[in-house]
Amino acid sequence: MPESSALTLDSVSVLLVWTAITIYALAFIAYAVDLARRGADAVDAKDAQLEVRERELVAAGGVATGGSVGELRAQEKAAEENLNAPLGRRKRFVWARIGTSLTVLGFLFHVAGDVTRGIAAGRVPWSNMYEFALTGTMLIVAVYLAVLIRYDLRFLGSFITGLTVVLLGGSTLAFYVEITPLADPLKSVWLVIHVFVATLSTALFALAFGLSVMQLMQARRERRALVAASAEAPAQPVKTGPRFLATLPGSDALESLAYRFAILGFIFWTFTLIAGSIWANDAWGRYWGFDTKEVWTFVIWVLYAGYIHARATRGWRGARSAWLSIIGFTAVLFNFTIVNMFFKGLHAYSGLS
Amino acid sequence: MSRSRSESGTATADPLRPSDHAEAEASDITQPVLGVVGWLRWGWRQLTSMRTALVLLLLLAIAAVPGSLVPQRSADPNGVTQYFADNPDLAPVLDNLSMFDVYSSPWFSAIYILLFISLIGCVIPRTKHHWKALRATPPRTPARLSRLDAHRSETIEFDSGADAAAAATSAIEAAQQQLKKSGYRVERYDSGAMLSVSAERGYLRETGNLVFHASLVGVLLAVGFGGGFTYTGQTVILEGRTFVNTMLDYTSFNPGRFVDEEALEPYALTLDRFDVTYQPLGAQGQGQAGDFVANLTTQYAGEEPVAGEVRVNHPLDMGGDRIYLMGNGYAPTLTVRDADGEIVFSESVPFLPQDTNMTSLGVVKITDGLPDQMALQGFFYPTQAPLHTGAFASAYPALVNPVVSLNVWVGDLGIDDGTPRSVYTLDPSEMTQLAGRGTDVEPIELAPGETADLPDGLGSITFENEAPEGAQGYEESVKRYVSLSIHRDAAATWVLVFAVLATAGLLAALFVPRRRMWVKATPRGESLHLEYAGLARGEDPTLDAAVAQFAQRHLDGLQSPAYPKVD
Ligand code: HEM
Repeated sequence: MPESSALTLDSVSVLLVWTAITIYALAFIAYAVDLARRGADAVDAKDAQLEVRERELVAAGGVATGGSVGELRAQEKAAEENLNAPLGRRKRFVWARIGTSLTVLGFLFHVAGDVTRGIAAGRVPWSNMYEFALTGTMLIVAVYLAVLIRYDLRFLGSFITGLTVVLLGGSTLAFYVEITPLADPLKSVWLVIHVFVATLSTALFALAFGLSVMQLMQARRERRALVAASAEAPAQPVKTGPRFLATLPGSDALESLAYRFAILGFIFWTFTLIAGSIWANDAWGRYWGFDTKEVWTFVIWVLYAGYIHARATRGWRGARSAWLSIIGFTAVLFNFTIVNMFFKGLHAYSGLS
Repeated sequence: MSRSRSESGTATADPLRPSDHAEAEASDITQPVLGVVGWLRWGWRQLTSMRTALVLLLLLAIAAVPGSLVPQRSADPNGVTQYFADNPDLAPVLDNLSMFDVYSSPWFSAIYILLFISLIGCVIPRTKHHWKALRATPPRTPARLSRLDAHRSETIEFDSGADAAAAATSAIEAAQQQLKKSGYRVERYDSGAMLSVSAERGYLRETGNLVFHASLVGVLLAVGFGGGFTYTGQTVILEGRTFVNTMLDYTSFNPGRFVDEEALEPYALTLDRFDVTYQPLGAQGQGQAGDFVANLTTQYAGEEPVAGEVRVNHPLDMGGDRIYLMGNGYAPTLTVRDADGEIVFSESVPFLPQDTNMTSLGVVKITDGLPDQMALQGFFYPTQAPLHTGAFASAYPALVNPVVSLNVWVGDLGIDDGTPRSVYTLDPSEMTQLAGRGTDVEPIELAPGETADLPDGLGSITFENEAPEGAQGYEESVKRYVSLSIHRDAAATWVLVFAVLATAGLLAALFVPRRRMWVKATPRGESLHLEYAGLARGEDPTLDAAVAQFAQRHLDGLQSPAYPKVD
């Protein structure tokens, strides 16, 4: 390809990517407003309920007990119904809607940016750090949007768009490299398969991570609400964490959803590990050599295997397993950023010097 | 017996959740007196418990990390040497902790060996149990299905005079058939007028789980045993030279324990030509090398020679060995004559590349024929260019302006006493430098085809031009060499087989829903009460939908003449 045209196509790509980042940033704001509004709405609803109950109480001359537990269960039930509601019948969170529309729009620019980069390079657009980030975040958003069709996970919107803005923006600033021909070891079908599947599982782990964080927050809220309910007539409203939690499914529902994404991610990660070994056997003459990147891929695999076990171990369900999911995803991010940039090894394909 | 997947079940408040097969032993109940056997049994039970497995898994993850922070002898021996040089105080401490051999260290081995013992101790009883479960009949229908999470019920009113009992029978029979068709194992449990069918499916889930865990053992065994029959060796072949697959021709060789070094596959490889392309000057990634090909002539003993090639990502198969291209470089052909003009040395000497522009370092050792032993040590630049410091470096990896620059030493090479010395390094402690940096004499600089005098009238040296007739410029004026790595890995295929089995098992273990389903029909005078309930065994997000769907289909199937009026 003539060099000048490659350059222009590539600069078009960069422009598209920056546009996408801007739109994602707006989506992030919309989603954040949504969470704040949900919190406010939840408080309004609670006040209304309280008023009703007080009136009832006055009428009956009784004492309030366990009211907030029942309330909690009712909120939980409504939230879980909404989680599983089909697209048309979900709650109308206006700002979440704006957020999702913006995310879709940003995603279109993102795809366009990714595809033009691929065309400009004449190969798959995931062969250096900048391109991993470009395609990786695209998959994160794609998986999020695809999952939205089935579950109302818009409460994760600010996490997903925020993560994307940080990773994609940061990578474009710090890792951007001009298109160079592929190094010989990368000329392999396994580049297409192995790296793509690895990024896909990263996207699934990201969702699981977001859900596990929400699960922990929700569990804390439930615990505090229970304590408050069992205490005699709480003097003041208890602090139970961000108020939007009232519109989220209960911690159990969040946990089992997180688990579903994590096991999908785990399957793909297992495949990544095997495909990587096959490739290593062709490229380096051994299928496993405890190269730094291999070590981290293995560590992540074992962490998530631990997570799956934790879910079947007494005393480890709930918060502890959620922490494993969080640690697992932290390791994934660490593997992508720190290991690529600072650790010495055979996987020196960041394209940075 | 091990406690396994049921652990969570036993702890939950839901009494209806069946504690699964490998029945949980109440580990909290302490037995009054524990003899030696008792303690052993207790220890074994702890080791094979789910909690231990989990802790060991997490330990394994943590223990693997240091190997990525500190260079490992297995993957990066030069890195280790460098680390010792950079951290003379810390390195020996770390070495005592096996930090440079993490993956063969006692502590790492202890963790994974314990883990695998636990795994085996876990899998065997569960396999037995599963074997029994596979042939057991589904359990009794619980008395109160409405207490299950996934539950539906329906009451069908009949016209007066209809036979509700007969309707119940046919409804249950229909349910039984439908369940059977959807892969359930079914059993009838009737008591009085109440009829019911109990069904279970998804045994493949546990099968998958067992296959997965057993395959992990398979991977470990394959790696362990296979390693004994595995070898890797390195060799360097110059253009035009031949490698014969015997110990003599290897520069290094690492055999597994059971490898017979005398019985290597008999074949020979001749390097006809090494090709590489470089990004042209001025292009993006200028000088970046690619499309490496070692063009070989291969020959098995007693057979006709055949052409073959080795590329990156495309190793060559030779009689079960795999041959990899690991590196390449230039091998300037140098001829040294003594003061009388007699040739005392004439060879192509491989120089080791030091950077991406192929600035290469090499040593020529002349042991005989001169008054003293001589060493010529220096650089080869395929495209010599001055750095701003005044020193030289190569500016481009192809042969544009090739130059060798050599320092001259005479004295004792230190190889006569049989001490092994690398051909690529020089120990000048017993030698005197005659030319080059640090002396008054300029180093010898030669382009292909040029000859210079050695200092002190010792003779002369020629940098031979190897270019064929009609070559342009300096193209092909210097020979190339390749370094090849030759592997025999008896285990790889088995490891792959077990890994694929493990993945298949994993898919079944994670995604096949295992569930029980019950349908109960109770005639009540003029009406029939139908109940449907399901119970998950393990993670089963679609259970409720499955029960609803089954109930719907079953009820739809009942819209027959036997049920004249359904509302
Ligand atoms: C090499 C170490 C191990 C690894 C990498 C590993 C990995 C896994 C994975 C990935 C799963 C989820 C897939 C499935 O359900 O089959 C799993 C599940 C399971 N593992 Fe392991 N495992 C190991 C050792 C053990 C040990 C030692 C035990 C017994 C104490 C054990 C017992 C189980 C059980 C009972 C399940 C099913 C959990 C459930 O119901 O969700 N595993 N293991």
